[in-house]
Amino acid sequence: MDIQDIIKPENLVYQKSKIQVDVISHYCPGCSHGVVHKLISEVIDELGIQEKTIGVSPVGCAVFAYNLIDIDWQEAAHGRAPALATGIARTNPDKVVFTYQGDGDLASIGAAEIVHACNRGENIVVIFINNAIYGMTGGQMAPTTLLGMVTSTTPYGRNVELNGYPLKITDLIAQLPGVSYCTRQSVHTAATVRKCKNAIRKAFKNVMDKKGTSFVEVTSTCNSGWKLSPVESNNWMVENMFREYPQGDLKDVDKLIQQ
Amino acid sequence: MGELRLMKGNEVIAEAAIRCGCDGYFGYPITPQSEVMETLMELKPWETTGMVVLQAESEVASINMVYGAAGTGKKVMTSSSSPGISLMQEGLSYIAGAELPCLVVNVQRGGPGLGTIQPSQADYFQTVKGGGHGDYRLITLAPSSVQEMNDFVELGFELAFKYRNPAMILTDGALGQMMEKVELADFKPRRTTEEILQTCGSWATTGKTSQRNRNIITSLEMDPFRMEQNNLRFQAKYKELEENEVRYEEIMCDDAEYIIIAFGTSSRICLKAIDLLREKGIKAGLLRPITLFPFPTRIIAERSRQVKGFMSVEMSSGQMVEDIKLAVFDTGRIVPVKYFGRMGGLLPSPGEVVEALENNFLKGN
Repeated sequence: MDIQDIIKPENLVYQKSKIQVDVISHYCPGCSHGVVHKLISEVIDELGIQEKTIGVSPVGCAVFAYNLIDIDWQEAAHGRAPALATGIARTNPDKVVFTYQGDGDLASIGAAEIVHACNRGENIVVIFINNAIYGMTGGQMAPTTLLGMVTSTTPYGRNVELNGYPLKITDLIAQLPGVSYCTRQSVHTAATVRKCKNAIRKAFKNVMDKKGTSFVEVTSTCNSGWKLSPVESNNWMVENMFREYPQGDLKDVDKLIQQ
Repeated sequence: MGELRLMKGNEVIAEAAIRCGCDGYFGYPITPQSEVMETLMELKPWETTGMVVLQAESEVASINMVYGAAGTGKKVMTSSSSPGISLMQEGLSYIAGAELPCLVVNVQRGGPGLGTIQPSQADYFQTVKGGGHGDYRLITLAPSSVQEMNDFVELGFELAFKYRNPAMILTDGALGQMMEKVELADFKPRRTTEEILQTCGSWATTGKTSQRNRNIITSLEMDPFRMEQNNLRFQAKYKELEENEVRYEEIMCDDAEYIIIAFGTSSRICLKAIDLLREKGIKAGLLRPITLFPFPTRIIAERSRQVKGFMSVEMSSGQMVEDIKLAVFDTGRIVPVKYFGRMGGLLPSPGEVVEALENNFLKGN
């Protein structure tokens, strides 16, 4: 049998979402960003909200997210995405607005903006990629860098006296009354990718239903920054990151109401 | 004739915003301009025109909320005073770089640092030279009365949208707190979604449809050749502003031997000073720049043919005086350009201005 005999519509089991732009991604092989972009594209496509969705990209590796997902985008200054999203969502209540931010953007320079946007319960989705390092600038310490973890600005490992503690910003966000859904996911196995997609879909649905802020942390890998192979990075994340950043829902208003 | 009212400068900013069909205001409290947001919150325009009013967590956030909303083609604004405007410089640079229209009001107070809550004009450099990073300019309007505080809200938006560039009303604590009679504009409805699509649909993030490519609001361009092209486009726009949008007022300049140049609050003081000078037989006139960028360079150059001297009167250490010197220098003529001013929240008195002009030009000659 020739391969052409197999390529038929009835045999199609998977295809790239049409919301994903057909270009070569700038992300490193093994990086979590690409998977999360795919999931967001699929969710926007499946919910039929391409015309209503406005994304806000950060400063960091995802700065060029607008080249990869085929929706209208605004590119924010470092850390300010939640403020942009607030301005967009408040003046365009019919739109589905989301920010896509890394740990340096969200938990360091933009800590004030994210806390207050979430506390006001802005009707937005926040996708938070936590890989515990500054990827784009070349592997410096992030607020979420683990104790002992080696980065280019903690060459002897993160040290409490010198650098303070890893910031569990998602735990903090879950405490805010404006947040309806707060979860920590990952995308290192097929099963977790499926779970993460469900979480992202729920977050977007919540915003369509005007439930306030939905916050999805994706605990992620940065094999270039971590100086590990993609497989080693996944293993390192499971062994080390998950202890500091336990996986699963931290808050779900729907379940609270059910209880 | 529109509705007449006795109002504070700050209150009229709020009233004018609602009446001109503004879609949103994002601000943070700071003296001496807090009445802008207080008035808006009291008037609750979201119940009438649908205008959004939001108190942000900081000026850093409020200018970025303006960025986001302006990026969707909405008519949005913020206001603050000097220290808060310093915090907005990052956002202003991004907004200028992304070519978004918006209005920012700076009710200046004395600096540097926390300084004072009294009026000042010491943010001239920050405003017209680009207080943030990169080669950009803000369309800058300098009102000298509560009436102009009212009028320049609509004018600021009009210019901001015409040139897709942030506009600033550069005023001060005296004009913000002063009460004067003002003729208000009639209510104009906010633009409809269709109107926004018609005028801003080619660039604004209004939602990607199958009829067009995605719109991206960004100031980022990694290719230096394309980034230079962007800069050349901005510079062409600023040049166009210099050609078409210069505004100024001249009082008794036609026969003047000495011209005082002053804007905003200090121009009101100088109006009295030129009367006093004329009473003394000194032919003095007043040139009041209304746009600080674009600066009225051409009229200064023309007047440099006839005058024996210019004197810049400012509530600062002498900032605008540099632009006057440049305007004169470019003519090749040698005309003295002097400065007089007060700082730290103080206003010059008409008597001080008269004395300064006499000391600069008439003593010992």
